[in-house]
Amino acid sequence: MIRVVIPQHLQTLAALGREIELDVRGPVTLERTCDALEERYPVLRGTFRDRVSGKRRPFIRFYACEKDLSHEPPDTVLPDPVTAGREPLFVVGAMAGG
Amino acid sequence: MTGVRVLVGTQKGAFTLTSDGRRAEWEVEGPLFGGWQVYHVAGSPADPNRIYLSQTSEWFGQVLQRSDDGGKSWTPVGNDFRYATETGTHQWYDGTPRPWEFARVWHLEPSSDDPDTVLAGVEDAALFKSSDGGESWGELAGLRTQPSGPAWQPGAGGMCVHTVLVDPSDPSRLHVAISAAGVFRSDDTGATWRPANRGLHSIGIPDDDAEVGHCVHRIARHPSRPDTLFMQKHWDVMRSDDSGDSWREISGDLPSDFGFPIAVHAHEPDTVYVVPITSDSEHYPPEGKLRVYRSRCGGDEWEPLTIGLPQANSYVNVLRDAMAVDSLDSCGIYFGTTGGQVYASPDAGDTWTAIVRDLPRVLSVEVQTLP
Repeated sequence: MIRVVIPQHLQTLAALGREIELDVRGPVTLERTCDALEERYPVLRGTFRDRVSGKRRPFIRFYACEKDLSHEPPDTVLPDPVTAGREPLFVVGAMAGG
Repeated sequence: MTGVRVLVGTQKGAFTLTSDGRRAEWEVEGPLFGGWQVYHVAGSPADPNRIYLSQTSEWFGQVLQRSDDGGKSWTPVGNDFRYATETGTHQWYDGTPRPWEFARVWHLEPSSDDPDTVLAGVEDAALFKSSDGGESWGELAGLRTQPSGPAWQPGAGGMCVHTVLVDPSDPSRLHVAISAAGVFRSDDTGATWRPANRGLHSIGIPDDDAEVGHCVHRIARHPSRPDTLFMQKHWDVMRSDDSGDSWREISGDLPSDFGFPIAVHAHEPDTVYVVPITSDSEHYPPEGKLRVYRSRCGGDEWEPLTIGLPQANSYVNVLRDAMAVDSLDSCGIYFGTTGGQVYASPDAGDTWTAIVRDLPRVLSVEVQTLP
């Protein structure tokens, strides 16, 4: 199981807490993690990546282990501490006005 | 006793304002979905407990919410607004071609007789329909693929379908308005569309009476006279008596014919309301006086309605979807401002009161007349 922290507005939308656990099958890539998140919580479809293109929404960021993974390719394997469940993947609403 | 529920969408959430039939004392609830832009909240005419709400965010995209209990509780429903066919391109602000890309739902138009059926006008300009209470959506692609589509350009707020009207005497006849393409009409339940802009003249486009390219801000009609349409355009207030086949100007003695909303009295088909704004670059009332103008003769002659509205230092705007009427015996008129005030008149505009003054920027106002 990996740990994912989601932003407050998505916690409210999906009636979830700050951190959730996900079972990601196969190599734990960004894309597979996003797939697993949407599969388990369908209400989140379209909220952090585009429903048609699958691209990350412009004001969403993916952080882990103090690194910004937002611009990494979808098949990027997440850092070991994340795949081992010791550190979470952070899905973050970008600082962009408000 | 009957009552009203005013549904207010704002830049940072939704609010409901309720009152009994006197419309003197109000209960304000909200924000719902605080922090999200709520472009539109619309109740079903067939079931007042059924309400649809467009919740959107630059960060988190589009969410559609539905209430089955008059707004006490909400359920997220479908947000898969997928264009039905290859999208092609429209023109971007700089004139370059740009692929159609879904951004948000601007306007929801629930069916008059089926609570589960609702139309959605979206940006980039297209019309979608749901027949299952918003769970799934299908595009009425004939609008987007209308031959003039590649020439459409966005207005300053985006290229959106912001007005959707269904003819109450013939549900197969639809009108939509698109900024900045103009009015389009369908006579076959949305399968095919044609421009309905003859008689419009717009400064700021190369051919001022072009078939498309007009920045129509809002159209409205009275259900008892379905062929008569009233329009507030970027400049000019217009009228059609042939279901949009032709238009004539009715700006008459208005202090400015620029504005955004237009509404028709619930019981008087020739009584029309607009809120004049100074100009296209000065989106606030002339002379700092917030005045609704009413015509009781279908246009050309207008009277200012000022009692209860600020007549000095008012520099707010009223957006296109932010005016509505109830259907009580003495028709109530409501509008919200970019300054966060929602004003109500229980006497067809003669007198006004601010129900609430300090909401976020008001994007839309609808009203339900409750049994």
